[in-house]
Parts: sequence; C-alpha cells; structure tokens
Amino acid sequence: MNEQIQEVLALTNRWVKRLSREKFSMLFTLIQPMLFWLIFFGNLFQRAADVQVVQAPNYMSFLAAGVVVMTVLNNGLAGGVDLLFDKENGFLERLMATPIRRSSVILSRFLFVMAITGMQILVILGVAFLFGVSAETGIMGIALILVLGMLFGIGLTSISMAMAFSVKSHGDFFSVLGFLSLPMIFLSSALVPLVAMPGWMQFFAFFNPMTWVIDAVRPLIISGWSEALPQVGIALVVLVAFDALCLYGGAKAFKRSVG
Amino acid sequence: MSAPAAIEVTNLNKTYDTVDAVKNLSLTVQHGEIFGLLGPNGAGKSTTLRILITTLSPTTGTATILGHDVVKEADTVRRLIGYVAQERAIDRFLTGREHLLLLADLYHLKKDEALARIETLLKLVNLEEHADRVAKGYSGGMKRKLDIACGLLPNPKILFLDEPTLGLDVQSRLNIWDHVRKLKEQGMTIVMTTNYLDEADQLCDRIAIIDRGEIRAIGSPKDLKASLGGDGIWLTLSDATPEALEQLTSALQGLPFVRGIRPRENGLDIRVDGPEKALPAIMETTNKIGCLLDGIEYHRPRLDDVFVAHTGRSLTNEPAPPEA
Repeated sequence: MNEQIQEVLALTNRWVKRLSREKFSMLFTLIQPMLFWLIFFGNLFQRAADVQVVQAPNYMSFLAAGVVVMTVLNNGLAGGVDLLFDKENGFLERLMATPIRRSSVILSRFLFVMAITGMQILVILGVAFLFGVSAETGIMGIALILVLGMLFGIGLTSISMAMAFSVKSHGDFFSVLGFLSLPMIFLSSALVPLVAMPGWMQFFAFFNPMTWVIDAVRPLIISGWSEALPQVGIALVVLVAFDALCLYGGAKAFKRSVG
Repeated sequence: MSAPAAIEVTNLNKTYDTVDAVKNLSLTVQHGEIFGLLGPNGAGKSTTLRILITTLSPTTGTATILGHDVVKEADTVRRLIGYVAQERAIDRFLTGREHLLLLADLYHLKKDEALARIETLLKLVNLEEHADRVAKGYSGGMKRKLDIACGLLPNPKILFLDEPTLGLDVQSRLNIWDHVRKLKEQGMTIVMTTNYLDEADQLCDRIAIIDRGEIRAIGSPKDLKASLGGDGIWLTLSDATPEALEQLTSALQGLPFVRGIRPRENGLDIRVDGPEKALPAIMETTNKIGCLLDGIEYHRPRLDDVFVAHTGRSLTNEPAPPEA
C-alpha cells in the first residue's frame, strides 16, 4: 500500500511539473475557451435571453452552471491526452517496465485532472462573481459543485483514457474529441433549458448525463438548498451509473493495451 | 539441477491480428554475456524485447528471466531488470535528474538511497553538468546517457537496451559501446536489439539473427562468420590454365589449415581458418611448384555475408518495411 502511494505521488508530481513548465500553452488553452463562453456568450445573451424562459435572475447566472460543467467536460475529455503521447513516444513502456501497480498511472491521472478541474471551477465561479453571480447556497454549495464536477470528471477522464489506449494514432483521438465536445454542449441544458428546446434536441439532451449535472449545479447557484437538493440527489444517481459504466469500459481498454 | 539461465525463451509466438510478429522463437541467454537481437525493422526483435521486459504478453510460448516467468511473475521480473528505452521516450519537460527521481519512486527506493544512487549514476554516464536542465535541450547523445542511467537505476541483474545507438553520431556511439562493455565487465547480463551490423559484430558476445519473426542463425559473430567456411584467400594466376589450377589445387589440398578450395575467375578461392599461418604456407607452395601469381587478396567474411547467407538479403541495402 505504501509502495502504491509512493508510485501515485511520483507520477502525479510529474503531471504537475509538466504543467508548470508549459503553463502558458496548457493553462490558457484549458481555461480560456470556457471563460470566453461565460464572458462573451453570457454578456451577449444577457438581454437577448428571456428570463421567463431560462427561469433565472439573468442569463449570466443561468449560464454559470453550464460553463462550470463545460469546463469539466473539456478537461475530462482531454484528460487522456498526455497518456496518449506517453504511449506514442514510449514513455508509457518505460513506466510499465517498472514494478508498479498498473493502476497507479491511471490513478495519478485522475488525481491530477480532478485537481485541475477543481481549480478551474473555482476560477469560473470567481469570474461569474465579478459579473454579479454568487452561489445562493454559499461555501457548502460550492463544495457540492466541486464534488459533482469531479464525479462527472472521473467518468469523462475514463472515456478519454480508454480512447487514448485504443486509438491507432493521435489524429484519431483528436477527431473524436472534436466531434464529441460540441454536440455534448449543445445537446444539454448548458445554454438553454430543456423546455425551450426543439423536441428532437430535448430528446437527446434528456439522455445526456451532462444535463443532469447542470440541472443540479444550477439551483445550487441561482435558487437555494430546497430546490437544489432533490436535483443533486438525482444527479448523484446518474453520475454513479455513468462513472461505473465509463470505468468498466476504461479498465477493459487499459487491460487490452498494457496487459 | 544447475542455476537457471539468465534468460530462457521457449517456442515464443506473438500474433497481431493476422500478422505473426514472432514465430516459434527459442533462445537462451547466459549469465554475463552481451546478447544481440539483430535484424531489420519489423523483424520481430522489438516485439521479443517487449515480451521479455513484460510490457507485452506472448500469444503462446514462455519466457523466463532468472527462472521467473515474464507473464505469471511479471512483478518479480520487473524488479530484476533494467530497461534502456529508445531515445524518444524522454519527457522533454523534465530534467535529467527528475527522470531519475521519478523512476526511483517507481522502484520504491528510499529517499536517501535514491539520491545517492542518482548522484553515482549521473557521474557514471557523465551527465552531472546537465542534470538540472530540461531534457528538451539535450543532444541525442545526452538523451542516450540519461536512458542508460534510467536503465541502471534499479541496480538490475539484466539490462535490456532497445536500439542503443540508433541515430547517434560516431563519437557518442563509441561512448555508449564503452559503457556497455564496462557493465559487462562488472558481470551484468545485457540484451540489446540493433540493426547495425558493426554494433552486433563488435559489441555482442552472441547474436541471434532475426528476420520476419524467426531466428535464422544464432551464435557468436566469430562462429557465425566461421560457419561460412572461414576466411577467403583469393589467388589470381598469371597463366590460369586448367592444368595449372589443377596442379595448384592438389598441392594446397593437403595443408592442415585449408578448409576448402573453389575455382574462381583466373584463380582459386581458398577458405582458411586464419591468415597468419595460411598465407606464408600458400606462398611457399606456389613457389615450390613454380606457379606465378598475378595477385593475392585476403577477405574476412563480414557479418553482412552471414546475414545474406541466412536471410537471402542484405541488411544494409534492404529498404526497411514498416514496423509492426
């Protein structure tokens, strides 16, 4: 057990070091797009969006939850990228030739991606605060948002890692990633509530786990505990099922790739 | 029962989809030798190496390292071996020292032991000066040195090197060879893949020539070359009449070190064990029977000749098929 802690810490430390050495390229590509959604999209639609439809004090406060979960989505889906490069340049082979538990590499990646995601959620909430949006449920609510975000992130990171281990080239990986990301956002309650969607989009959005997470995060920001708690309960059930499915698939892909 | 061999591979097969990367491969590596897997890209030598370092499982067959099965006792095997990866398997964002610190944790070394060992290794491979620079700026030679330090970090019983001098300049190459020889002197068993003939020839105690997933020949470079029939001495006669050739052939045939005589254009191709005794004796014989020589050439068989003899093609000229 002590040995595994040593392994996971060392591997996580490597991800942190890498990030700290390419902070400009990485941090900005990860945080920036999501912030832009909040700042530009939020302000653009501040007047255009009907508060009767979005059921929020204003569009910015409605969008905040969506942008938080979009950040989780992007980070999660990109979570396997570094492993993909490790696989392609042989570094993974070097790691796998050492007497480590096979799961340590995966665990280190989860730890790292979750930590980054957590920080980015706080950044998003901080920027939203600057635009006058503060969480109705306070610190405890923010803590719960972090928990929901990380639970969703675990499943997404598993999908990403499974893809990293399965694809033949990184071109494939990025095509699938680009293909997945936007529909996941549009076919969810991130930008518009489900009731305001055309029927067919509503249908897909209903089966998108992202919708359920957003619908739990949103009342934590704009409503309060009494409205949020039932939603959070449903989201937790959805997330446990989603994570179980993703982890199972991820474990299979990992086993097939590295034995 | 004697102690297990360093490496024992029995009927190893590895199939990717429908491609047989390794076919029925068996070999034994003795303690303390440098064993080379020689072959073109895609021949199956990397696949074999990856099975031995436990990062790939064989389809059928077994391999043991110091008596431990690479599949069933993979964790034990990993604690006994060191792996010198190809140069591109370097994290360009980490410094040399950070690579070693990371690996030290993966081998579960205690902090002070790790620091001491890393200091020694950096000194050994002569990389102290650059240890705290990010690897992005390393030259090919420096990356290889770091690779070797990484491979040696666990104090392995057996060291595996994957194409250790691929793409290096001559100076760095000789440098790496020196390191490998020193490790052998210290009693380490070394297994390496290479597609350089001269590397296999000069560095390896024994080599396995692998082509299309199969072992074509196995032995020391010297024996493999000798199996071609020994060194060649080519005589060109001034007056190469059939009678003169006949006479010379029968005169030479009885000499003890002559292993075979074949006619060639205007002369003879004489296969001998070595040139030292053979050359003077051949000269003496030609003088005795009054045979005038126009020229005399001495040829040592090269490893490339061995390769051609066993695979039907030259390693140096064949365009490399894509790696499986």
